[in-house]
Amino acid sequence: MSLSVQKGKFIPRDREWQPEALTPAYKSSVKRSPQAALLSFPSTLSEETSPIFNNNILGPLDNDLIFNHAKPGESAIGARIIVHGQILDENGIGIPDTLVEFWQANAGGRYRHKNDRYLANLDPNFGGCGRTITAENGFYEFRTIQPGPYPWPNGGNDWRPAHIHFSIFGYGFVQRLITQMYFEGDPHIKLCPIVNSLTSKEAVDALTAPLDMKRTIPMNCRAFKFNIVLRGRHQTYFENRKEGL
Amino acid sequence: MTERLNNLKESPSQTAGPYVHIGCTPNFSSKSSYSYDLGKTMKIGPVLGEEITIVGYVFDGAGAPLCDAMIEIWQPDAAGLFPATNETRGIADPNFMGWGRSTSDMNTGEFIFETVKPGTVPGPDGVMQAPHITVWVVARGINIGLHTRIYFNDETIANSLDPILSQIKNQKRVETLLALKKGVGRYQFDIHLQGPHETIFFDI
Ligand SMILES: [Fe+3]
Repeated sequence: MSLSVQKGKFIPRDREWQPEALTPAYKSSVKRSPQAALLSFPSTLSEETSPIFNNNILGPLDNDLIFNHAKPGESAIGARIIVHGQILDENGIGIPDTLVEFWQANAGGRYRHKNDRYLANLDPNFGGCGRTITAENGFYEFRTIQPGPYPWPNGGNDWRPAHIHFSIFGYGFVQRLITQMYFEGDPHIKLCPIVNSLTSKEAVDALTAPLDMKRTIPMNCRAFKFNIVLRGRHQTYFENRKEGL
Repeated sequence: MTERLNNLKESPSQTAGPYVHIGCTPNFSSKSSYSYDLGKTMKIGPVLGEEITIVGYVFDGAGAPLCDAMIEIWQPDAAGLFPATNETRGIADPNFMGWGRSTSDMNTGEFIFETVKPGTVPGPDGVMQAPHITVWVVARGINIGLHTRIYFNDETIANSLDPILSQIKNQKRVETLLALKKGVGRYQFDIHLQGPHETIFFDI
């Protein structure tokens, strides 16, 4: 007997696990959260397909934020880290060939963006932008500096925990996800209204990357491990019985 | 037999924040090390079918246009084929990307897509769906990306037979999913996050 797998509809999203649209402590959500019920229907080809990104879109330093904006012979200031992990679906299957984009503030907590007016300095050698395409089994990694926490206009004295923003595709457009990675042990995590849009400690833990001593490079670079899970499809197994058995 | 292999939880979403441009459209906010922004050009050569431009705004509950949103679209080519690895019905137009990414203009809030009128694709139970484009919106203040669709107000008959549109109980809200024809090859599609014209968002 052999088993063949046919992929079915996407498994419905667990809306109790995902943040609500309206989380008033995060003030920007008040006027930007839909109020009517969402319209549910089973996925169709329009949602089960997704764009293709080839490795040829990548530049040689796209996954190295320490050097990709630096002048020749210079590098970004900050604690050097490797961020690595696996992009999986809910069935635990690694997703290869998918685009992962990331962006972050510099070591002082300042973004290279004209709307960021935080008084911390820009680092001329740090752009804060990178991307990669997952390898076999969904593995990815990049090198960067650890971003700093930063203040933001929300409640008067709110500070974001250090974080890296991630954008991920997958194999179906309904898997599209933007999220943030936090760092184990950051005291700002539990104070942050954006983190607190999450509904449980487990959900916060799922976005908190632990220090990974195994991947640390001695005297060079620490490592943090961050796996990302995208939605999965129902798997239907057909038993293919041989004749006569 | 249908079952789950290994119940992992989907990673929780977090807002894209006000600086989504840095990571996703880096040449929009400043000069970057990328030679071009992904999704800015949906056509890389002569394409089949009708070329169209879709412009619009994303409005908040106070009626103000968002100037920091990112909008992505995904659609088949003019023949209804997706340029995707899991498209099994044929080979899509090689000059059409199917996927586009636009940001709200930082001053006016307008977004724009230069694309083609999509062909039709089957929906649930193989019934053909009206031509439509899949839309995904993220921004500061949006905790989880919003899915919706663009249909076309000049496709009256196809829309009336569409299996998704006909499920909508309050038929008056169907118009929130219609791009309005504004001239040859030109459509307007506004997204309202809240209020009396709130767009229908999907949980698919
Ligand atoms: Fe941030």
